[in-house]
Amino acid sequence: MPLQATIGLETHVQLNTRTKIWCSCPVNADAPPNTAVCPVCLGYPGSLPVLNREAVRKTVITGLLLGCEIPKFSKHDRKSYFYPDMPKDYQITQYDQPLCLGGGLEIEVGGRKKYVRINRIHLEEDVGKSTHLASASGIDYNRAGTPLMEIVTEPDLANEDEAFAYLTALKRILQYGDVSHCNLEQGNIRCDINVSVAEAGAKKLGVKAEIKNMNTFRGVHRALAYEIKRQLKAVGQGETLVQETRRWDDDRGVTQSMRGKEDAHDYRYFPDPDLAGIVLTVEQIEAWRSGLPELPDRRRARFVESLGLPEGDAEVLVADKDVADYFEQVAAASGGNAKAAANWVMSEVMRVLSESGENVTSLKVRPGDIGALIRLVDAGTLNSTKAKEVFAILLEEGGDPHEIVKTRGLAQVSDQGAIKAFVRQVVDENPKVVEDYLGGKPAALQFLMGQVMRLSRGKANPPMVLELLKEMLAES
Amino acid sequence: MNRLTSRVSLCTERAMSDPDTDHIDVRYVANLARIDLTDAEIERLTGELDQILSFVHQLDMLDLAGVEPLSHPHPISNVFREDVPGDCLDREDVLENAPATVQQLIRVPQMMGES
Amino acid sequence: MSDLYAKSLRELRALMDAGDCSSRDIVQSLHERIEAVDGAVGAYLERDLQNALKQAAAADERRAAGEKGAMLGIPVAIKDLLNVKGQSCRCGSKLLEGYVSPYDATCIAKLRAAGAVMYGRVNMDEFAMGASTENSALGLTRNPWDLQRVPGGSSGGSAAAVAADAAIVSLGSDTGGSVRQPASFCGCVGLKPGYGRVSRYGLTAFASSLDQVGVLSKTVADAADTFGCIGGYDPRDSTSVRQALPDVSGAFSGELKGMKVGVAEEFFGVGVDPEVEAAVRKAIEHVAGLGAEIVPVSFPHLQYAVAAYYIIAPAEASTNLARFDGVRYGARVDADDPVEMMKRTREAGFGPEVKRRILLGTYVLSSGYYDAYYVKALKARALIKRDFDQVFSACDVLLGPVSPTPAYRIGEEINDPLTMYKGDICTIPANLAGGSGMSVPCGFSSEGLPIGLQILAPAFSEDRLFRVGHAYEQSTDWHLRKPQLSASRRKTGDN
Repeated sequence: MPLQATIGLETHVQLNTRTKIWCSCPVNADAPPNTAVCPVCLGYPGSLPVLNREAVRKTVITGLLLGCEIPKFSKHDRKSYFYPDMPKDYQITQYDQPLCLGGGLEIEVGGRKKYVRINRIHLEEDVGKSTHLASASGIDYNRAGTPLMEIVTEPDLANEDEAFAYLTALKRILQYGDVSHCNLEQGNIRCDINVSVAEAGAKKLGVKAEIKNMNTFRGVHRALAYEIKRQLKAVGQGETLVQETRRWDDDRGVTQSMRGKEDAHDYRYFPDPDLAGIVLTVEQIEAWRSGLPELPDRRRARFVESLGLPEGDAEVLVADKDVADYFEQVAAASGGNAKAAANWVMSEVMRVLSESGENVTSLKVRPGDIGALIRLVDAGTLNSTKAKEVFAILLEEGGDPHEIVKTRGLAQVSDQGAIKAFVRQVVDENPKVVEDYLGGKPAALQFLMGQVMRLSRGKANPPMVLELLKEMLAES
Repeated sequence: MNRLTSRVSLCTERAMSDPDTDHIDVRYVANLARIDLTDAEIERLTGELDQILSFVHQLDMLDLAGVEPLSHPHPISNVFREDVPGDCLDREDVLENAPATVQQLIRVPQMMGES
Repeated sequence: MSDLYAKSLRELRALMDAGDCSSRDIVQSLHERIEAVDGAVGAYLERDLQNALKQAAAADERRAAGEKGAMLGIPVAIKDLLNVKGQSCRCGSKLLEGYVSPYDATCIAKLRAAGAVMYGRVNMDEFAMGASTENSALGLTRNPWDLQRVPGGSSGGSAAAVAADAAIVSLGSDTGGSVRQPASFCGCVGLKPGYGRVSRYGLTAFASSLDQVGVLSKTVADAADTFGCIGGYDPRDSTSVRQALPDVSGAFSGELKGMKVGVAEEFFGVGVDPEVEAAVRKAIEHVAGLGAEIVPVSFPHLQYAVAAYYIIAPAEASTNLARFDGVRYGARVDADDPVEMMKRTREAGFGPEVKRRILLGTYVLSSGYYDAYYVKALKARALIKRDFDQVFSACDVLLGPVSPTPAYRIGEEINDPLTMYKGDICTIPANLAGGSGMSVPCGFSSEGLPIGLQILAPAFSEDRLFRVGHAYEQSTDWHLRKPQLSASRRKTGDN
């Protein structure tokens, strides 16, 4: 039988609560070192943990989005191991009664769909951050006590592409659920990989290696590609692998054994006597469920059905939750012109995003502004060329679209008399072109039209110009 | 508590001990507890702890069938904090308490890898 | 008035209310008393007289402005494991040398708000592990009734200070009897409230599911007043209960008619010294004479309490004390790598009893032994709670001895941990079940050593303890007897 890899992932996700899991210190990645700390998250003598309700809600929300079962009773346990970045020298985690059990999510790789089962999701605390200096290490405890959700899969993944697809799909759900900032650079999502190889169809898994603390999806992909190849080769050559923890060296593109640097683990789990159990009633879970955000598939369908967007537009818009939220706000402010809202977001907004690398939420142009532009155009107050000018100004400086149109005199001229005067001037100044048109060259009309627009400095109402121009030419 | 669900992969059955053969390996336990005992201490503690352990084995005489373990005197559940930021400590106080500091960080000997 | 130090909290409050003395006078008087006797007793670890006088002056101002309050201007001695902002909190250990607490424990914050004066930190067994205060790494505390004997523990400093009239009231903590037993040894009142009554926030944890802040005082009423101040729900402690404190207004009538007082013979069958047994039985008769009905009850699982406790408490302690690793605060013994640094720090910093219990707790939680020890102990705990439930369905309070013996000689038992552990048998059950309990002086041995009567009640019925305790106390004169201490004027650690 051919050899086959089996992969399970343990993904640690920092929740985007305002405060830490056990204390009211802010969760703030930008705070100067050791300023977002208190007796509780420093493990000072006498301090006690009190569970952040929002951390529980966000974990349960994640469980609901992933189709998990939410058990009636859940509790926290102490996991003992000594490390300087762990203030109490035990981690408060969930051992045998986590908040969420089961569930899973669908991934697609190379056109093939696959369901990846989740084993459990538990809620625990993050540790401090250590910096390695020349002759010592330094610890910043700001991160200690950040709520951390650990999402454990069943060993359902077969290769690096599936692992990558799983993480991408998971991230999208976490974003949609608004449970994490999902900022990989800041370590919001970190991953431990369990991987082994065995003959396809074998009942027993092979000897596993654990690759710890991966913080990019690309790194997971590369590490797995390397590690699977390494194990396949070793097993193919009849070597006996040992169960071990390995470290991914991103610069060299290899995994390395960490053997010899670890003690035997005996975590001595037991229920944390400082904490009460969590009993979630059906009513509570249903209340949270009713507040669940819409998942991408559902949202795409709604964009097509209720907003009348083409499938293609809807697909593009839901790919990023923030963009989709932005679009919805544009559409809501557009006076019912969802298609125009889609066009603005897909052309102007997404172009700006891809050029600047900015996040849509940090744009100076607010969705309501674009909605206002759409209404101005639809009302004939602004033509589309000028609308794009206003957009460019908003992008640079922000401001009120109506105000910009007014102070910069960009409003469309729809005054018959004024336009008639421009038309007369153009007809009078271009006898040759007028003759061409009357002689059967319709393209000449475009030129005359352009001249009128130029005279009006782009502000004339184009349909009105066309109408008056035709009228006057018919009279001549 | 400690009712193991089969789908919880982290759980491993914990074996029952045999009171007659229990003998505490103080060196191993001291390593878990991160205490660098002297040989004399290990010898003394081995005797004392074996004596205490054989004493607590009197619990084996109890009929505990159907008794639910009581880890907490009163039944309590759902004690939560609202997600509202509060005061933090002054960094000066935090660093003042630390035995060693470096660059506003708490200094420890060089650590190998992540925890 | 020169003997302010010798008065009870209620007497001092009356004097202050009448304008006959100030809080500053009391602090000054206490200071002089401590200077005179604490060289011999050794209850105090640290005192800051200037700071105490400042607090006292603030209390005097509040009183002058018309404020009244049970604790306003009353000095309180603090067991060394409670965090008081700006003070050390060494827990009787070398390991916390240099730690300055940046925060107030909730009970301290409540005392502060009520205008009490935090004056002095008192000695204890290291991290509250022990029953004689001999396990303190910071000094020896002696029993004021016999300086060759231990004051009990772990709140030995708290009890010795009150008994020596070197404190008006003091705070202690009770995990397996650590307030009641030293109260009994030193002849003062020791209150252990029901679990969850007084916030544990700021109380350095020994065994989280057993620890409770308690009060040592000269009278039952003083204990009740102090409890009324420090008790109550605290959102910072997840195990704090939301029940309102009991109404104690009717508890001081001296009336015991209609009360059912339980006596379980098992408590006398655990090697209780004949003099202790005689004193306690006499006290029970006395209580019956005050109008209470005596009800025989049984407590079949008492004999398993010590074994269950010495699994559960060390298990919790082994993790609670993990944080003392030399990284963030306290003493450190350096090394080339962090693991070695922690190991050396803990080796040098912890005393023998603490090491013993950490190892025991680590062992019973370790892979392969969890079910055989820890789970079994929790089941035994359930049976002991059941015994209490049955007892209190038949009576209002349970009476018995606190400790099988009066205070023993310094050094007599310290090298025999198991014997020492067995001495906790009468007090441990209340901690395992979360109930409330109190020790009240009820006599003296032929050698002149105090003996305590233990009153036990359900978790949130401390009012019953006060009712029975007060009625007994006020109709006897044990609480009025004072140890003979000659002023030695040895300088103690005043700073």
